Amino acid sequence: MTQSPTLNRRSASSTPPLPRKSRQRGADARAGYTFLLPWLLGFIALTVGPMISSLYLSFTNYNLFDPPKWIGLDNYTTLFQDERFLQSVGVTVSYVVFGTPMKLAAALAIAMLLNSKRKGQGFYRSAFYAPSLIGASVSIAIVWKAMFGDSGPVDQGLSFFGINLGGWVGNPSMTMPMMILLTVWQFGAPMVIFLAGLKQIPADLYEAASMDGAGPVRKFFNITWPMLSPVIFFNLLMETIHAFQIFASAYIISNGEGGPAGSTLFYTLYLYLRGFSDFRMGYASAMAWLLVIVVGIITLIFFRTSKSWVHYSGDSK
Amino acid sequence: MTTMATPTQPKPVKQAAEAPAPVYNPKSESAGAKRAKSVIFHIVALALTAVVLYPALWMIASSFKPNAEIGGSNTSLWSSNFSFDNFVTAMEGIGGVSTLQFFTNSLVLAVGAVVGTILSASVSAYAFARIKFPGRSIFFGMMIATLLLPFHVVIIPQYIVFQQLGLVDTYVPLLIGKFLAADAFFVFLMVQFMRNLPAELDEAARIDGAGHVRIFTSIMLPLMKPALISTSIFSFIWSWNDFLGPLLYLNSPEKYPLPLALRLFVDQTQSSDYGAMIAMSVMALLPVLVFFLVFQRYIVEGVSTQGLKG
Repeated sequence: MTQSPTLNRRSASSTPPLPRKSRQRGADARAGYTFLLPWLLGFIALTVGPMISSLYLSFTNYNLFDPPKWIGLDNYTTLFQDERFLQSVGVTVSYVVFGTPMKLAAALAIAMLLNSKRKGQGFYRSAFYAPSLIGASVSIAIVWKAMFGDSGPVDQGLSFFGINLGGWVGNPSMTMPMMILLTVWQFGAPMVIFLAGLKQIPADLYEAASMDGAGPVRKFFNITWPMLSPVIFFNLLMETIHAFQIFASAYIISNGEGGPAGSTLFYTLYLYLRGFSDFRMGYASAMAWLLVIVVGIITLIFFRTSKSWVHYSGDSK
Repeated sequence: MTTMATPTQPKPVKQAAEAPAPVYNPKSESAGAKRAKSVIFHIVALALTAVVLYPALWMIASSFKPNAEIGGSNTSLWSSNFSFDNFVTAMEGIGGVSTLQFFTNSLVLAVGAVVGTILSASVSAYAFARIKFPGRSIFFGMMIATLLLPFHVVIIPQYIVFQQLGLVDTYVPLLIGKFLAADAFFVFLMVQFMRNLPAELDEAARIDGAGHVRIFTSIMLPLMKPALISTSIFSFIWSWNDFLGPLLYLNSPEKYPLPLALRLFVDQTQSSDYGAMIAMSVMALLPVLVFFLVFQRYIVEGVSTQGLKG
């Protein structure tokens, strides 16, 4: 690897090979770190440093004004007796567990529908993608709140079919379906990625399967799913991690309170309220670190289990 | 929901048409069957489009309706009392600050984000993709790890530091990360892009005596245009829509970008003026929608090749 490219250059130059090479290496190292400087500075000052200090803060009582007071594991043990914390965990977990698979199922199904050479595919792809671009904005949260409010279009549409749920926004048992619909509505981004993956599957696989008499269901489970599994894995991982971090929509829809009855008290919203309205920054840091640990464990589980169901085609290394 | 089952079904006609033939030829099915399938495809796809775009259409339609008709008995999207009144109210702004000011603030932040990201991410990506130096793969792995890291773990210490430096209520905390390539996604995107450019390019340039600065500015940057465009578009839109950052750091309304102004509007009017609230939401999204219409090819391609989030 290090041999072949340097060989040409060495024979092209008249200077003795070794000094030249090591001088080059030194120059490369200097250049490498110079070019890397912006990222490296940011990484140290904005990521590693803050991570270490939030880890420290998570073992303290800190309110931004008085110096931090070391309290050991108290924040962590208090968390598990804090009913609102437990509620925020419940809200977030049900959002992740129901919302993410539904969003990905919609994304995959619609990607398969669009995966043909028909006219208008580009139009549909763009139209379906659009919500992903605006879905997390404050504007859409306001619109969602209005649409699902009392006598909003959703309520009226459902009443037309004889279903009288009233407004979803004020009903603690309907806010979660509303939030899940908001994330499912943004199926476009994973759909576009699925579509790109589907296009990579060689058509002759399906043709051969057809000749062997395989139906659409068998083709899906024996060709589409395994061939697409790296893309499914990528989307599942990214969407799950993102789902844990939902904030703006929940904040706007609940007026920053997580209501009604705590039904939209998402983890990050509670973290924000603890840290920046109550100024219990040690407590909020403990919450943040717990989130990092949970997301880390989930990522690890995903990667571990992926060996059994994610297939990378042999020829691409 | 019903549409979710359909995609598994469109193929059976094809396979039934021709089972024993040695070469599979989809063209052999009758023109009638093909047209019927095409019609069904478009009906399903159009129905889906209507459902997906409905919230956006409802938003735009409502912004032109008088207050009483939004969520009233008039369920049709179109109102006979079409008016711009909501926009006039929304333009007045809130908290003594005009909406034009909020727009300007959003624009300053978004342009700053684009400039900072382009500068810092491209330089850093060049180091990762084209220079061999000790520790490169370790740093690259760390950068990938930050992609998965919930950023909430850094916001509290960052806030404390910026507060002690007296930088709260300025744009510095919101922009500094952009100039330090903190959005790892863009660095990653550019690294991937550069790795696909032929290595002979810089080898030839090096034999000709060009240093890294020359190679970067006169070979890489011009070739990276597609990656730079995707990065600009996405960093603009992400900055434009960002809510948490401004919420944490900005206190004075005259510095608010649009998302914060919208929240203030919601807080102060409390649904007494739905129409103006929705009109302002429309205006806040307008640049994103225009961007999307103009650059949709870049945007959708960027997502499909780089796995960018929306």
